[in-house]
Amino acid sequence: MFKYYFEQVNGVEIWPIISLSIFFIFFVGLLWWVYKGVDNSYIDEMKNLPITKTPKS
Amino acid sequence: MELEKFSYDNKIVKYFTIASIVFGVVAMLAGLTAAIQLFYPAFNFDLQYTTFGRVRPLHTNAIIFGFVGNAMFAGVYYSLQRLLKARMYNDTLSWINFYGWQLILLAAAITLPLGYTTSKEYAELEWPIDIAITLIWVVFGINMIGTIIKRRERHMYVAIWFYIATFVTVAVLHIVNSVEIPVTLFKSYSWYAGVQDALVQWWYGHNAVAFFLTTPFLGIMYYYLPKAANRPVYSYRLSIIHFWSLIFIYIWAGPHHLLYTSLPDWAQSLGVVFSIMLLAPSWGGMLNGLMTLRGAWDRVREDPVLKFMVVAVTAYGMATFEGPMLSLKNVSAIAHYTDWIVAHVHVGGLGWNGFLIFGMFYWLVPKMWKTELFSRSLANTHFWLGTLGIIFYALPLYIAGITQASMWKQFDADGFLVYKNFLETVVQILPMYMLRAVGGSLYLSGVLIMIFNLMKTAGKGSFVSDEAAEAPALEKKVITGGHWHSVLERKPIIFTVLSLIAILIGGLIEMVPTFLIKSNVPTIASVKPYTPLELHGRDIYIREGCNNCHSQMIRPFRDETERYGEYSKAGEFVYDHPFLWGSKRTGPDLAREGVGKLKKSNSWHFYHMLDPGQVSEGSIMPSYPWLFEQMIDKELTPGKINALRTVGVPYAEGYENTANDDLAAQAKGITENLAAEDIEISDDAEIIALIAYLQRLGKDITVKD
Repeated sequence: MFKYYFEQVNGVEIWPIISLSIFFIFFVGLLWWVYKGVDNSYIDEMKNLPITKTPKS
Repeated sequence: MELEKFSYDNKIVKYFTIASIVFGVVAMLAGLTAAIQLFYPAFNFDLQYTTFGRVRPLHTNAIIFGFVGNAMFAGVYYSLQRLLKARMYNDTLSWINFYGWQLILLAAAITLPLGYTTSKEYAELEWPIDIAITLIWVVFGINMIGTIIKRRERHMYVAIWFYIATFVTVAVLHIVNSVEIPVTLFKSYSWYAGVQDALVQWWYGHNAVAFFLTTPFLGIMYYYLPKAANRPVYSYRLSIIHFWSLIFIYIWAGPHHLLYTSLPDWAQSLGVVFSIMLLAPSWGGMLNGLMTLRGAWDRVREDPVLKFMVVAVTAYGMATFEGPMLSLKNVSAIAHYTDWIVAHVHVGGLGWNGFLIFGMFYWLVPKMWKTELFSRSLANTHFWLGTLGIIFYALPLYIAGITQASMWKQFDADGFLVYKNFLETVVQILPMYMLRAVGGSLYLSGVLIMIFNLMKTAGKGSFVSDEAAEAPALEKKVITGGHWHSVLERKPIIFTVLSLIAILIGGLIEMVPTFLIKSNVPTIASVKPYTPLELHGRDIYIREGCNNCHSQMIRPFRDETERYGEYSKAGEFVYDHPFLWGSKRTGPDLAREGVGKLKKSNSWHFYHMLDPGQVSEGSIMPSYPWLFEQMIDKELTPGKINALRTVGVPYAEGYENTANDDLAAQAKGITENLAAEDIEISDDAEIIALIAYLQRLGKDITVKD
């Protein structure tokens, strides 16, 4: 059960800094992966997935 | 490679489609009723079940969970099977999902007009229904992940990523925000109080928009738009970036609903920063949708399905540009509490969700009934009625919002408020409210045309309940080391866990510091728990949905402190389960209603609740005659005291046994005071409790007189 009185969170500014850093690193990694780590054949296959016809019986 | 024969389940899609349309009409009628009530109070019918405070949550819940929710299930159940080349994991689960969801909606449609509400926006449903939602949602999740595991398609298309993120995040949001302590079968108190309750609520509320109204429909866009345009999505790489950055950022943005409130500043800033960043993935998604149509724009002129989708994606772009702009503190200072926000959410709701759903249905129904659309021109008529409806809805409300905010803030040369009387700012914008109702009617008439068109379409075709298909089975790769799970089977689970981590990071970093505590020094020593009578009054305030029109949160602006009194502090709300800050001021703020220059006599409140128009000429507030006939249920007092003590309100041990004595004494004081003005009323009438509560507001802190 928590109580309700805020204390001055010491060094509260660290929280937004942490969040921004996490996000930035994540996003840079994501960009690198999307443009370097994924090959074109996968992209092409996935791109066309919804519109390729399933063979009918 | 041997082909396996199987069939797609269209029947479940058909049922969800019908349910979505039925609830859509009901929800829009509720919305239209609410819109009319706002300029024509007689439309409240003096009945508690049809009063604005109860109709508005009925409208929002029916739209979100009935119209949009059922459409989401329809869209997911159809596309998931085809993208994975597999029938749904288990038909029984599909039908439990369908009937369970409709029963939940039915329960909502019954309980909300009866006044059973938690007051937390879009989470108004009481605790038994919350539990039912959790169970049915888990059934949906098992069915979806089961289908993914038994798939015949090696890779998961991006739409499915969005579906998985939707499932995971909505589960987390719903469970965390719905932690409440039951008093009776249909009454509970939020586990959190005040500032923390507000943060949790808007973390939920904002992400309901993100993960119920946005991510499933982005998935739907990534499937149905390429289908309708018959060309692949513009950039699959962009869609990957779009997905991860969107779910990662969206979860942080909740505090932008609480700018300039008592929420700690650092949390507000965090919300603002991430809201601004959110523009990038949102527009990435919009551009990906629109660019898919490059080279196919000639077909957009012809095909109603594409028309609807183009406007939907454009509306998405507009709403997601406006959102970050509104989350700038200086813009929020103007827009918050006004109709600007209502316009904003309806550009998203009517434009993005509504039009994408219509486009999807116009494409789905002919497909499932193996025929052509009955009438293209009727679909075009629907398109134009809907588009005009959105314009007639949004533009007047932008004007109304900015007009009202400007009037609230205007000072004369001597430094006094120009419009001291709040009502002047309401009367000024009533014509805009009328136009909004016109817009809503246009939009609804378009939907009725769609229903006719789709029924005719179904009538001339023949429904294929189980669509035959065949595809080669996936090769299972056995991992060395004795595991029988294949890599393939693990991937969706790993993916689900990764999505969960992405959204939990944001949630945790925002919540943890806010829940840090100082264990022994109260922030404001003079803040005391509510008396039993005030508590009953507060619960009546919640039941009647007063927080739909009245805020209790004074922002630190000169015009607000001038109009209402001292600005609100975090410490004032420590016993407020749930918080009642509100998010719209159709009427004035009530945080200081019981003190200072705003204080009114008991008899004023008495007559004002009985007939607001008599007391304040031109008021659009409904009358509440039933409060004068219904009696407080004193038997609930001990249970309420106990429940609140459980969540940390410091009522003394054993107080529940004597609480009703205090209640009677306080009620007697009010009725005697009324009797002095020749008003006869029972001590136990609900109005007495409500007056007690209203007179308490703002009492706990010293205020300027």
